Amino acid sequence: MKVEQISIFIENKSGRLAEITRILGETGINIRALSLADTSDFGILRLIVNDCAKASTVLKESGFTVNMTEVVAVEVPDRPGGLSAILQTLDREAINVEYMYAFVERCGGNAVIIFRFDETEKAISSLKANSFNVLEGSRLYNL
Amino acid sequence: MFFNEEFETLPRPALEALQLKRLQSTLDRVYANVPFYKASFAAAGVDPSAVKCLEDLQKLPFTTKQNMRDSYPYGLFAVPLEEIVRIHASSGTTGKPTVVGYTQQDINTWSELMARSFVAAGAHKGDIIHNAYGYGLFTGGLGAHYGAERLGASVIPISGGNTKRQIMIMQDFGSSVLTCTPSYSLFMAEEAQAEGVDFKNLKLRVGIFGAEPWSEAMRREIEEKLNLSALDIYGLSEIMGPGVAIECIEAKHGLHIWEDHFIPEIINPETGECLPEGELGELVITTITKQGIPLIRYRTRDITSISYEPCICGRTHARITRMSGRSDDMLIIRGVNVFPTQIEAVLVGIEGIEPHYMLIVDRQGTLDTLTVQVEVSEHLFSDEIKVLQALSRRVEKEIKDMLGVTCTAKLVEPKTIQRSDGKAQRVIDNRKLV
Repeated sequence: MKVEQISIFIENKSGRLAEITRILGETGINIRALSLADTSDFGILRLIVNDCAKASTVLKESGFTVNMTEVVAVEVPDRPGGLSAILQTLDREAINVEYMYAFVERCGGNAVIIFRFDETEKAISSLKANSFNVLEGSRLYNL
Repeated sequence: MFFNEEFETLPRPALEALQLKRLQSTLDRVYANVPFYKASFAAAGVDPSAVKCLEDLQKLPFTTKQNMRDSYPYGLFAVPLEEIVRIHASSGTTGKPTVVGYTQQDINTWSELMARSFVAAGAHKGDIIHNAYGYGLFTGGLGAHYGAERLGASVIPISGGNTKRQIMIMQDFGSSVLTCTPSYSLFMAEEAQAEGVDFKNLKLRVGIFGAEPWSEAMRREIEEKLNLSALDIYGLSEIMGPGVAIECIEAKHGLHIWEDHFIPEIINPETGECLPEGELGELVITTITKQGIPLIRYRTRDITSISYEPCICGRTHARITRMSGRSDDMLIIRGVNVFPTQIEAVLVGIEGIEPHYMLIVDRQGTLDTLTVQVEVSEHLFSDEIKVLQALSRRVEKEIKDMLGVTCTAKLVEPKTIQRSDGKAQRVIDNRKLV
């Protein structure tokens, strides 16, 4: 039920993001979703790609610091209040969202949001118990 | 184990009597043969006859690196050039290099003291000594080489650089002793890891590291990563080269300085006065057997303290503590004295931090700022900003707690801090440019 995400440490200097996307592009890796968190000194680029292991290997070979994290992809009804319903469910269970970002493609008629929770397993069971659709990684990579 | 048991364990009274005799003979020689010393003794109102006991050495003026530069190239030699069989020079980062000459007897002495150092560190005949100190004008390579041969070990004169080949040779030749700078040993460990080579499968048993200051924490790091016993060696080309002082493997606590050839003193670098046993100050060395270029009260600029406590290894020679920096590398940041090695000790103490760092000192308005660049290892990296920010804050806090200086920790990508085969450049002081 979990989705693999790769995170890359980026120093705040020009050309780093271009370098990462160039490496991935030349390796034939497709970026499915991304989020960039930044501070004044450094940033963390988080990516969902179609081949996580390969992306991690080529980036490490190029000297980047990379780690893999498990995140959760949830289908969100594309209408007012859609996201709110999910967040309220999580709030009731006292599950924290560390960060979240939107997936580019839609799944059926719904939007897809990537979540990083403090308690991943608990979040998944709570979402499923409340009839939200949690997407499998294999399905997501090929949307 | 000793290489020269009689001299290494000479009882202190006999050792001191020998020092005085050798000192007086050295003073007579330099006074007669080196115009610089005749002039500097005269300016201080002393001559060799003023030295009747070892304490009288304090009456004599210091010799500095600047005096050596002013005498470039051969002005301080105490023998005719035809007696000199070897010339070395130290890197001249500021102006001309300093030049030293050795007679055949000097080379013999150096080889013996280096052989003694190898034995003190736990090496012996039959060892394969992988000598990755640079060969050339720098004394490291040839100094260790001659000592290894005198010991009767097999020496691989690989010199510095080409790390992949170094690792292959260590594996294939069965190197058991490694000699290089401490920072280069860690660089090798990194390269080996990238090549998939595990030091646990190598025969290395002892590492003898010197030519740059390092820390206890770095020793633990090296011992773990290279799976060997890491010993600190001290030397400088002006005095001889490597092998002036060495830690014994029995105590691993302070470096025995070969007092039958050198007289150490610790002084206050500001006032020049001698400091008592145990106090931190600048190491001053007088050579008492050297022929080519004897030096009287040479200011090494290295910061250490001395102890005459008996050692469990049985050597009677005094021990100096690990160098805690250079009196001229000392940074004064907002009035606080900071040695880069102190910061290194803090960093290596934080789990997962790589011992590669860079200190950037700047001045904003009238205020000094210190930025500590630290590499983010895979180990430390997190997908969450708050974890990395907590790491920066921890580095800042620990440095503040230990050294009393406020700094900004900046995380940088791995391997962006310059590695070096020789002495690592750890400080960029931009204040000089203002």
